[in-house]
Amino acid sequence: MVDAPTAGSEENVADAFLQGGPSLRNASGPYFGSYGGRWMPESLIAALDEVQDTFEKAKADPDFIAELKDLNKNYSGRPSLLTEAKRFSEHAGGARIFLKREDLNHTGSHKINNVLGQALLAKRMGKTRVIAETGAGQHGVASATAAALLGLECVVYMGAEDCRRQALNVARMQLLGATVVPVTNGSQTLKDAINDALRDWVSNVEHTHYLLGTAAGAHPFPAMVRYFHEVIGEEARSQILEQTGKLPDAIAACIGGGSNAIGLFHAFLDDSSVKIYGFEAGGEGVETGRHAAAISLGRPGVLHGARSYLMQDEDGQTIESHSISAGLDYPSVGPEHSYLADIGRVTYEAITDTEAMDAFSLLCRTEGIIPAIESSHALAGAIKIGHRLTEGKDNPSEVTVIVNLSGRGDKDVETAAAWFNMLDEEGHVKGTTLSTRKPKGPSERAAEADADGNEDQK
Amino acid sequence: MTEQFASKSAEAIDRAKAEGRAALVGYLPAGYPTVQESIEAGIALARNGADLIEIGIPYSDPVMDGPVIQAATTEAISNGFRVANVFDVVAGITAATDAAVLVMTYWNPVMRMGVDEFSRRLAEAGGAGLITPDLVPDEAHEWFEASDKYGLDRVFLVAPSSTPERLDMTVKASRGFVYAVSIMGVTGTRTSVSSSAEDVVARAHAAGAERVCVGLGVSNPDHVREIAAYADGVIVGTALVAALRDGGVDAVGQLTKNLSAGLGRAAAEA
Repeated sequence: MVDAPTAGSEENVADAFLQGGPSLRNASGPYFGSYGGRWMPESLIAALDEVQDTFEKAKADPDFIAELKDLNKNYSGRPSLLTEAKRFSEHAGGARIFLKREDLNHTGSHKINNVLGQALLAKRMGKTRVIAETGAGQHGVASATAAALLGLECVVYMGAEDCRRQALNVARMQLLGATVVPVTNGSQTLKDAINDALRDWVSNVEHTHYLLGTAAGAHPFPAMVRYFHEVIGEEARSQILEQTGKLPDAIAACIGGGSNAIGLFHAFLDDSSVKIYGFEAGGEGVETGRHAAAISLGRPGVLHGARSYLMQDEDGQTIESHSISAGLDYPSVGPEHSYLADIGRVTYEAITDTEAMDAFSLLCRTEGIIPAIESSHALAGAIKIGHRLTEGKDNPSEVTVIVNLSGRGDKDVETAAAWFNMLDEEGHVKGTTLSTRKPKGPSERAAEADADGNEDQK
Repeated sequence: MTEQFASKSAEAIDRAKAEGRAALVGYLPAGYPTVQESIEAGIALARNGADLIEIGIPYSDPVMDGPVIQAATTEAISNGFRVANVFDVVAGITAATDAAVLVMTYWNPVMRMGVDEFSRRLAEAGGAGLITPDLVPDEAHEWFEASDKYGLDRVFLVAPSSTPERLDMTVKASRGFVYAVSIMGVTGTRTSVSSSAEDVVARAHAAGAERVCVGLGVSNPDHVREIAAYADGVIVGTALVAALRDGGVDAVGQLTKNLSAGLGRAAAEA
């Protein structure tokens, strides 16, 4: 570990930056200030070196860049749109809110950017199998998709609690040919899925690549995952310039591990006029202890290979995080975010489940877009900063804010229906069980066929 | 290896060596099933043939551990184990036996207490040093300082996947002994010991390690016998934890006795 910078030196970094000092872009790791590194078993160091080496060579290889660009364009559907949310904006103090539509990517979230990049690297390394962890299921679905596309075996570790919350995504992964392993250790959520994926990796590292889904973990993952998501911010920056003729006043994203956020933020890090906001999951409220706000309330520690802000008790045991959003239910955060928080370049705040669900509903009804609950945290945050930035302004519409709509909400329909009291006692959507006809599934069809056969024999 | 002062682990291994055998290293988690019983189990280990004892700190995210140790450490935590209890366990065992007692721990609990304070308290409790499964020398700056200050052993791991450069660096960074991981995997019993173990030990010796102990997947006297032929020490964990789970302290003593027979001591004594 490098020496931790003192508070003084961190202020110097922020000062230097504001005075047009050194760029904050393209930080290569392994350290981001005193964060990051490789707190990993020796058994995995050689594999991490191999990933790093392959990644560095690929970045410099025009063929790799061309292949990735082609997949982004012709498979994922990039560039994703930048949509002005005009009716939603009325609820944000009149600031103009623009949505970066990562929800429109193939598989429905930003996750595809990273998995295509890493799956290509896995092929380059000659690996035949990829493993992944997933919380909301978005990264698992994206990994299963990339594996199917490139002919790789895929195993996804998913907390049993998350399997329950995101059953639809479990089925999607299975349809795509992946094996989903429910994890019943610990809190049965994302962190425990990562633990089991790491145990798998150390046992099968020879032919397996660990397709880590967020900008966290041991070097080179934080810098590498960011690299594959930088396209989000690059597109958004040129799109906003094209649509409004100026840089935005603020940009916002939700933070679990922080991959969609760092992907958006990166292009704007050196634009000192642009305020940057990360919104963590405040769960039932940060005062209740049941939340996932690692930066807001954690303290630095090591988990899953990186030093970063971490929710931990006095003994250094990880505290179980809580969020209505499976994708943000993680007790730590990517190390670059910890650094950006310490130097004051990015402001991190917590959004409660209730605030996120209110924003979820608002976007559905004002824009005709069902957002992922993860992204709804960024939307709720945008409403807050919209009000803040337009306060006392004669012409609030001069204030522009980009929100990363990191994923679509199809997977969250059941959670939302329960939250908004749309289900009956049996868990069915109210008013949908009035039909007197028998359902027609495969078993019923088979039964009918049997019945027909019996008729024939008579 | 750095040898600025007497290393308790090295002395224990050398005592076994003087008897013409490899050392037996036994692992048990602190606080499993209770703090007091883990002390008694540690004493039973030492009295039945273990030369060194590894006391594991139960941790919420043990990525190098298989299901048996995970279940035990999870139970210890839910039974109220606190990290500071590990010093009571170390002190309790060192007071009653001559075994060198090391603590095996994931790094975050040490970092949370403060590396210096943790080291000071471990030394005060009579501990020999630390085995650090998720701390590589590259990140161990603070631990180098504290272990030198308090005279503690630094046991880092080497693996079949370690490059010659890393093996060299890790051997130089270690004190007491080097922990050779026999297999690419996590803790747990296996039917046979991987052939890669012998190669890792040979490479570590060639890199200058005077004492190399082998762990992961070692569970019966045959494994012990096989490894004792080429390594300076044999590390057994999961099998002992399972014995404690199923048969209590007596079962730990019995299994340790059986395992130590694999070292060749029974024959020597007869």
